[in-house]
Amino acid sequence: MSELINSSLRDLSAALAARRVSAVELATLFLDRIDRLNPGLNAFIALDRDKTLAQARAADESLKVGGGATALTGIPLAHKDIFCTRGWRTSCGSKMLENFVSPYDAHVVEKLAAAGMVTLGKLNMDEFAMGSSNETSHFGPVKNPWDVSCVPGGSSGGSAAAIAARLTPAATGTDTGGSIRQPAALCGLTGLKPTYGAVSRYGMIAFASSLDQAGPMAKSAEDCALLLNAMAGFDPRDSTSLERPAEDYARDLEQPLAGLRIGLPKEFFGDGMDPDVRAAVEAALGEYHRLGATTVEVQLPNSGLSVPAYYVIAPAEASSNLSRFDGVRYGYRAPEYADLTEMYSRSRAQGFGAEVKRRILIGTYVLSHGYYDAYYLQAQKIRRLIAADFVEAFKNCDVIMGPTSPSVAFAFGAKSADPVQMYLSDIYTISTNLAGLPGMSLPCGFGSNAMPVGLQIIGNWFGEAKMLTVAHQYQKATDWHTRMPEALK
Amino acid sequence: MSLTLEDVARIALLSRIELSAAERASTRDQLNGILGFIEQLQAVDTTGIEPMAHAVDVVQRLRPDTVTETDRRAEFQAVAPETEAGLYLVPRVVE
Repeated sequence: MSELINSSLRDLSAALAARRVSAVELATLFLDRIDRLNPGLNAFIALDRDKTLAQARAADESLKVGGGATALTGIPLAHKDIFCTRGWRTSCGSKMLENFVSPYDAHVVEKLAAAGMVTLGKLNMDEFAMGSSNETSHFGPVKNPWDVSCVPGGSSGGSAAAIAARLTPAATGTDTGGSIRQPAALCGLTGLKPTYGAVSRYGMIAFASSLDQAGPMAKSAEDCALLLNAMAGFDPRDSTSLERPAEDYARDLEQPLAGLRIGLPKEFFGDGMDPDVRAAVEAALGEYHRLGATTVEVQLPNSGLSVPAYYVIAPAEASSNLSRFDGVRYGYRAPEYADLTEMYSRSRAQGFGAEVKRRILIGTYVLSHGYYDAYYLQAQKIRRLIAADFVEAFKNCDVIMGPTSPSVAFAFGAKSADPVQMYLSDIYTISTNLAGLPGMSLPCGFGSNAMPVGLQIIGNWFGEAKMLTVAHQYQKATDWHTRMPEALK
Repeated sequence: MSLTLEDVARIALLSRIELSAAERASTRDQLNGILGFIEQLQAVDTTGIEPMAHAVDVVQRLRPDTVTETDRRAEFQAVAPETEAGLYLVPRVVE
């Protein structure tokens, strides 16, 4: 039974279908593990055993009847606390929403529940998804299961730590500038950010709407493909949801890689990357050569501008999105105020943490009268240059590869004094969001202090299936994705 | 260019975020650090480049003008800080 914590979703599905294990037993296995290990990790910030087991019993019923069951029925997962989950506290890692029990489900939550998946709980995150280390959460930082003195990455750090510690087989995440891929890299997991518009943003608390995208996090590419099959799809309630025919993202997983052209942007292999990360990434590229792929140098000449462009566009959109938190309809309201303006400004001053306030202030400034053209419009023009670079690069390759993060997981506090240093953690991931491209991270070895290193794959627009094949074939030839922290076995 | 304490106070007011005098000074320094970092965008020649507002070029979808939501006022107001008789309560705005 306990060996199931390391099983793939396909194996869990087979075990459930054959009734070798019940959904209730499986949920209990993980809930017990959460009870034992979560206090040391702080990955889960909401648990409700009764609710979880009720969902598991319903899954067992449909497995017994047969008809309504899917490949995911009875498999547990957990949601990043950015997803509105009916009847569950949905805090977005903020004091602002500390007491917010969502009256509705996000589209992603709805779809995964409809597929029969069982919700184990809600996962810690950087406040309003603004952070790369999980240190901005109102509920305290998440610890990296590989070394609890290190950050798990962010903002989906709770999702990453929970999977790495085998507290859940899978989790949802969101990625605005790297928030799925960077924590996946720092915790030794596989995570995928889909093409913008592939997964509905309905019920996902908005940070930067033109960049936000939900995606799966799990141990392997195959698991991510199965999860994405259930998460993606058109939703009229998200105005930027794309109307495309449904696809099976797992359809090509067994296709060999012979002839695959891998583009290596020279800008991703410069001085910014730590030597241990470089060594692991280069070893992975060697493995791809053995699998029949060829590599070609490509250029992304404007990618160096992606972090500064992002730190105009994302705060601008955030300042607008977060204006809804005014202490009137939901969320925190300050206890004392003289008038309406003071009620707003005190509720927001007390309800938001330092990083969120910083970004709202920056966003307000770059959108304000006299500065809009110089900052916001200019950043949007540079965004087009960055996207155009990718169009050029993909003329010569099928996927792009490089490091996910310039370093392995760093110690708590190492980058929290200087916001700009923290922002640079996402130097390799942000351009993908600006262009709207799909990207993923998969484990490709270990660097200094035996911490995991992530390999990033960037796909062409709607190239998720290709990217997953490229990752799956590597995972068939290697075992990095099966490793787990020794201390938590 | 860099922000003054007065600029910070103005931005804080526009943002509806109260800042104490002490916070204003540290906020000014942090914001100036970030603005210094994004300043490099100004050096890029973007003449003739169309701004990119969205990752994917799509047009706004329209839907039939019909009722799609049911009345869930009680549920939505259950999470509000203060309500009375189905209304949200705020400090008096009009005397």
